[in-house]
Amino acid sequence: MATSSEALTTKAVAGRRSAWRRPWGRHAVRYAVLILAAAVVVLPIYMTVVNSLLAKESIVAYPPKLFPFDPQWGNFRRALDEVPLARYMLNSTIMTGIIVIGQLATSALAAYAFAFLRFPGRNLLFLLFLSTLMVPVEVAIIPNYQTITRLGWLDTYQALTVPFLATAFGTFLLRQHFMTIPRELRDAAAIDGYGHGRFLLYVVLPLSRPVLASLAVFSFLQAWNQYLWPLLVTNNDNMRTVQIGLEGLRGREIDSFNVVMAGTLIAAMPMFAMLVLFQGQLVRGLTAGAVKR
Amino acid sequence: MAVTTGEPLPGVPLPGLVARGLAQLKSLGFGLLFLWPSIILFGAFVFYPLVKATYLGFYESDPLGNQGDFVGLDQYRTVLGGSEFRHALWITFLFTMYTVPPAIVLGLGLAMLANQKLPGISIFRTIFASTVATSVAVAAMMWLTLLNPSTGLVTWLLERAGLPRLNLLNDPDWALFAVSLTTIWLNLGLATIVFLAGLQSIPERLYESARIDGASRLGTFLHVTLPMLSPTLLFVTVIGTILAFESFGQIHILTRGGPLDATTVIVYSIWKEAFQRFNYGVAAVQSVGLFILVLGLTGLQLRFLERRVFYQ
Repeated sequence: MATSSEALTTKAVAGRRSAWRRPWGRHAVRYAVLILAAAVVVLPIYMTVVNSLLAKESIVAYPPKLFPFDPQWGNFRRALDEVPLARYMLNSTIMTGIIVIGQLATSALAAYAFAFLRFPGRNLLFLLFLSTLMVPVEVAIIPNYQTITRLGWLDTYQALTVPFLATAFGTFLLRQHFMTIPRELRDAAAIDGYGHGRFLLYVVLPLSRPVLASLAVFSFLQAWNQYLWPLLVTNNDNMRTVQIGLEGLRGREIDSFNVVMAGTLIAAMPMFAMLVLFQGQLVRGLTAGAVKR
Repeated sequence: MAVTTGEPLPGVPLPGLVARGLAQLKSLGFGLLFLWPSIILFGAFVFYPLVKATYLGFYESDPLGNQGDFVGLDQYRTVLGGSEFRHALWITFLFTMYTVPPAIVLGLGLAMLANQKLPGISIFRTIFASTVATSVAVAAMMWLTLLNPSTGLVTWLLERAGLPRLNLLNDPDWALFAVSLTTIWLNLGLATIVFLAGLQSIPERLYESARIDGASRLGTFLHVTLPMLSPTLLFVTVIGTILAFESFGQIHILTRGGPLDATTVIVYSIWKEAFQRFNYGVAAVQSVGLFILVLGLTGLQLRFLERRVFYQ
């Protein structure tokens, strides 16, 4: 347990009144509390893993089994065979991909206009953009459902994505960052013959990679998690997203929730991968993005 | 993207006003060149629906979901004053109270644990944040198993704690509690992340001076941590409330709004009216009600809590 000299002095000051004088002792208590808290937080996920590996006879045990002594990996195979889970995952991926790319594009364009261009009504328009943050998605679902039906878009990727391609939060986030880019850069680029389009593409966007990454991760999270809207606009098994598909799996396997839990874990995988790989961006996006879920 | 119009003809100087007007028009056109995708999308899927929902509220719906007779404000009066909406409002209120304060307390606790300077702390940070990577549907499926009346872990734990064996999700007295438990767990990751960021933004020197002044741990928490964290607290309260008001997925999966409408929050009520009973008019009125409610509540929270917030 390595401790830096800086931490030692801090502890020496803090530990004066403490009963735990030995550093490892203090740490032992802290780690015990941390491990206990982590165990409680992770318990639902742990139990899902356990249940996904239990044999059919074991899932009905009471008290519930807390460890899969005879792991049944076939449950995962069965979850994939029972409903088109792979297809659901593909649909979710396509939907999420379109929404993330679309949101990045529309919000980069809009943010550029708000940060670099001067035109009458700019502030009014910006306020109008921000005001969309105040409208809960649920308020708009009935008219939006009617619109999608009228367009004949039920059970299409358009229905799943088009209503979400613009984002006020993203526009706001990017605009805040674009404003920190020196205007001299724009002037210099103009002298080099760069129009606004090329300046955005070759100067502004490369300078904004971290913000764009945060926004992308944030959009991914929101899009992948969607429930109400995909439930509404997809009926066809070929178009269902994985969040909705889980319900179907539960319906088919009502007695074998080991298989349902295996499917749930498969559905959870991409997000857990995101968390582990892009935790930094995720945290940045969420803390900035706590403004709007 | 070159724009060449609006140049005055040589030798025929336009009056200054007209020239300025033309230049303004040109710059507006240029701005719109960048803004039109967002404007069209917001117009079609945010502003138009808002107007349309208000309009739909003035009309009754026939059993097939077609627009019926114009009834004006009558429908607003009967629906918003009716017992069903009031029940949904009450359930939404309870659900918010069951989920937001616990998530704040637990999230803050976890964030403080994760804010310690210890080797390997980043592993715990990832674990505490992990529920943010659990979607609503995935979390609901997980808890469905935990809450199972004959084999669930939560059922077993509650029985061990001295309660009778409960069928939480099918018991009108317990269903909302069970859904809330799931929701608290689900929102814990987000609360922890936001609080941790808030804690990390508190300058170390404040803690040092508290230590030099001989402040106790509790004193330091009450007089340094909490005041410095108040913007974050405001943040989490407002977002948590909005999240609670918009919850749907976990309720749909766990209880379908039941038993006996014990978990029918406003959004679930809208869903049921619109897409099961095809009562678009009534559902539209409820959604306008939800809109006004969220707007008012957010405004109130910002107004009242803002005064107590200490900005650096």
